[in-house]
Amino acid sequence: MTEAALIFAALLAIACVVVVALPFLKEPEPESDSLDEFDEGERRRLELLESRDRSLAALKELEFDHRTGTISDDDYRTLVGPLRREVASALQALERAASVQPPSDDGEGRPPAGRS
Amino acid sequence: MPELGRAALVVTLGLSTYALVAGAAAAYLGRRRLALSAQNALVAAFFSTLVASGVLLSALLRHDFSFTYVARTTSAALPTGYTISAFWGGQKRTLLLWLLVLTGFGALAVRLNRGWARDLIVWVVPVFGAVAVFFSFLVVAVASPFAVQPAPADGAGMTPSLQNPYMLAHPPLLYLGYVGLTVPFAFAIAALLSGRTDERWLIATRRWTLVAWTALGIGQLLGAHWAYVEVGWGGYYAWDPVENAALMPWLAATAFLHSVMIQEKRGMLRVWNVLLVMLAFSLSLFGTFLTRSGVVNSIHSFTQSSIGPWFLAFIALTVAVSLALLFRRLPQLRSPTRLESPVSREAAFLYNNLLLLALCLTILWGVVYPLLSEAVRGEAVVLGRSYFDFFLRVFGLPLLLLMGIGPLIAWRKASLRSLVTTFRWPTAVALATGVVLLLLGAGSSVPGLVTYTFAAFVAATIVMEFARGTRARKALGAATWPGAFHSLISRNRRRYGGYVVHAAIVLLAIGIAGSSAFDTVAEAKLRPGESMDVGKYTLAYRSLDERQVENATEIRATLGVSRGDRDLGTLEAGKNAYTIEQQVSNEVGIRSDRLTGEDLFVIAEQIDPDGAVYFRVFVKPLVNLIWIAGLVFVLGSAIALWPDAREQRRLVARAREVGVPATR
Repeated sequence: MTEAALIFAALLAIACVVVVALPFLKEPEPESDSLDEFDEGERRRLELLESRDRSLAALKELEFDHRTGTISDDDYRTLVGPLRREVASALQALERAASVQPPSDDGEGRPPAGRS
Repeated sequence: MPELGRAALVVTLGLSTYALVAGAAAAYLGRRRLALSAQNALVAAFFSTLVASGVLLSALLRHDFSFTYVARTTSAALPTGYTISAFWGGQKRTLLLWLLVLTGFGALAVRLNRGWARDLIVWVVPVFGAVAVFFSFLVVAVASPFAVQPAPADGAGMTPSLQNPYMLAHPPLLYLGYVGLTVPFAFAIAALLSGRTDERWLIATRRWTLVAWTALGIGQLLGAHWAYVEVGWGGYYAWDPVENAALMPWLAATAFLHSVMIQEKRGMLRVWNVLLVMLAFSLSLFGTFLTRSGVVNSIHSFTQSSIGPWFLAFIALTVAVSLALLFRRLPQLRSPTRLESPVSREAAFLYNNLLLLALCLTILWGVVYPLLSEAVRGEAVVLGRSYFDFFLRVFGLPLLLLMGIGPLIAWRKASLRSLVTTFRWPTAVALATGVVLLLLGAGSSVPGLVTYTFAAFVAATIVMEFARGTRARKALGAATWPGAFHSLISRNRRRYGGYVVHAAIVLLAIGIAGSSAFDTVAEAKLRPGESMDVGKYTLAYRSLDERQVENATEIRATLGVSRGDRDLGTLEAGKNAYTIEQQVSNEVGIRSDRLTGEDLFVIAEQIDPDGAVYFRVFVKPLVNLIWIAGLVFVLGSAIALWPDAREQRRLVARAREVGVPATR
C-alpha cells in the first residue's frame, strides 16, 4: 500500500508540475510576454464610463420610483435636474477624452488582447 | 494510504507557495506567462487538496482506525451519514475543509473573472496563494489530519449531539461562508496592491459576497434548529462564542452588502467598503480560530493548542498588512461625492451600517472580554445572556425600523412632505398593529410589542413596494398582472430579491420576539398517570419505554396532549444512552401547530429508576416563523443571485468601450 501511495503521490506531483509549466510549454518563445496593462488614458476612460453608467442608472431608478409613487412629484422635480446635468457632463467628459485619445482602427478603443 | 494524503498536502503547500511567489513576481514585473502559470498552480492546488480529502474520506468510510482522527471521532457502529460528517467534525479536518474550499473558490473566482478583469486577477492570485500557504502549512506541519497509530478494535465514537442530520449541512455551509469571504478580501487587496481601485473589484465580488453571506446565514439557522431539536435546553441561540463566531462576519458582510450599493450609486464610502471587507474576512478567520483553537474553553487550552498561536499571528499579520495597504491608497480612494442630506437613502444605509457594525463589535467584545479577563486577572468573567440581549434590542430594533425606511427614501435628499406621504400607510399599519396587540395583552413585554410594531411597519413597506412596482410595470405595457410582477423582479433582481430577504428578517424578528418574549414555561415531576398544565395545554404522562437502536438505547416517556376538550395526540420525550461513547443525550419532544406557528416543547430532564420523570415544558408562540424565515431568506438570496442579463450586457459594453476583452 505504501509503495502504491508513493507512486500515486509522485504522479500527482509530476502532473501538477506539468500544469504549472503549461503556459511556458505552450509558448516557449512568445512574441510578447508582457501583461496587458491599462495606460493612464484607459484608466481615466474606465472611470468616466463608470461615472456615466452610475448617473444613467440613478436617473432610470429615479424615473421608475417616481412612476411607482415612491418618490413624490416635489422630490422628483428637485432631483431630476441635477441628475440630468450629471449624465450630460459625464457624456461630455467621455467625448473630450475620446478626442484626446482617438480609438484604434476597429473603433473600439484598444484592440482586445485575449491571449488565453 | 496516509502517505498519499500527506504527500498531496505537501504538493498543495508547494503549489500555494508558487502561486504566492510567482504570482506576486508576475504582477510586479508584468510577466504574462508567469501569471498564467501562477493561476494554474492555484487550480492544481485545489486538485491536490481534493486528493488529500479523498484519502481521508476513504479512511472514514472504511473505518480505518489506524488514522488517529478516525479512531477518535467515529466507531464501526456509527451510521454512514454521520461517519461522513466526521470529515468536518474536528479541528484538523476543518482546516482541510477550509483549504479545499479556499483553493476551489480561488480557482473558480480567477477562472470566472480573468477575461474581463485580467489586470486585477494577476494580483488576486498571490493573495489567494498567501491564504492557502497559511492553511496548507497548518495541515502539513502543525495539525496533520494524517497522523497514524496502532489500530484499536473500535473507535471512540462521535459526540451524541453531533449525531444529527443537521450536522450534515450546518458545518459545511458555515465554512462555505467563512471561506467565501476570502474572495472579496482577495479582490479588495488586489485592488489596493495594483492601484486599480475602480468599481471592478466590487462587481467581481458582489455575487461571491452574497453567496458567502447566504451560506453563513443558512448555516446559522440550521445550527439554531439543531440546537433547538438536539441540544435539549429549550432554546435555539445561547450567544455561545461558537455561535457568535459565525454571526459576527455575517453582520459585517450584511453591512458591506448595503454600503456597496452606496458606492455603486453615488461613488461614496470607498474606504469604508474596503474596511468592511477586511473586517468580514478577519472575523471569519477569528471565527475559525475561536472554534478550533480551544480558546473558548479556556485561555490555557489556547496556549496549549497547536494551531491557536499560529492563527492569532496570521490574523494580526492580515490586519496589519491590509491596513497598511489601505493607508497607502487613501488618496486614490477619496470619494468624488459627499453626503447631501442626512435624510436620504444613502444616509439611511449609512445608519444601517453603523448599527450593524456597533452590534458586531459589541458581540466581539462580549466574546473577547472573558478571554482578556482570564489573561489579566486569572479569572474568566463571562458576559451573560442579558448583555447580548440588551445590545440586540438597542441596535437591532432601530435596524429593523431602518429596513422599512431606507428603501423608500430618495437617493441624495428627501423632503419632509414627501416622507409624510410615503410613510403614512406603513405608519398607520404599524400603529394599528401595536394598538390591537396591546389590547390582546402583548404589553407584557415592551421590546416584544415594539418588535411586532416595527415588523408590521417593514412588512407594509415591502408589500407597498411590490404592489406599486407591479402596477407601474403593468402601466408600462406588461400584458398581465403576473407578467408585470415577473417583469418587476427580473428587471431589478437585487432590489426585489433584497425585499424578499427583508421579509425573511421580519419573519425572523417576529419568531424571535414571540418565542422569547411571550413564551410560557412549566416544570413538574410526574409519575405515570399524572398530568400537568402549561399554557392552554394539558399533558398526561402515560408510560415509559426502552428500545434498542443501531448505536444507542432509547428511553422515551409518552405524554398525551390535549388543549381544552380537544385531544391532540401523543408526544415522546426522553434520553438516548450511547453505548460506545458512554454518553447520554436529551431527546426532546416537539409538537408544532402549523396554523399558529406555535411549539409545545417537552424536555425529560431527569428519569428516575421508578419511572417518575421530571419534565420541563415550554410553549413557544410563533417559533416556527424562524425556520420559515430561512426558506424565504434562501428565496430572496436566489432572486438576488440570479444572473442578470441586462447588467451583464452593460458590463460587457463598458469593458469593450475601454478595450478590455469582455469574456466573463
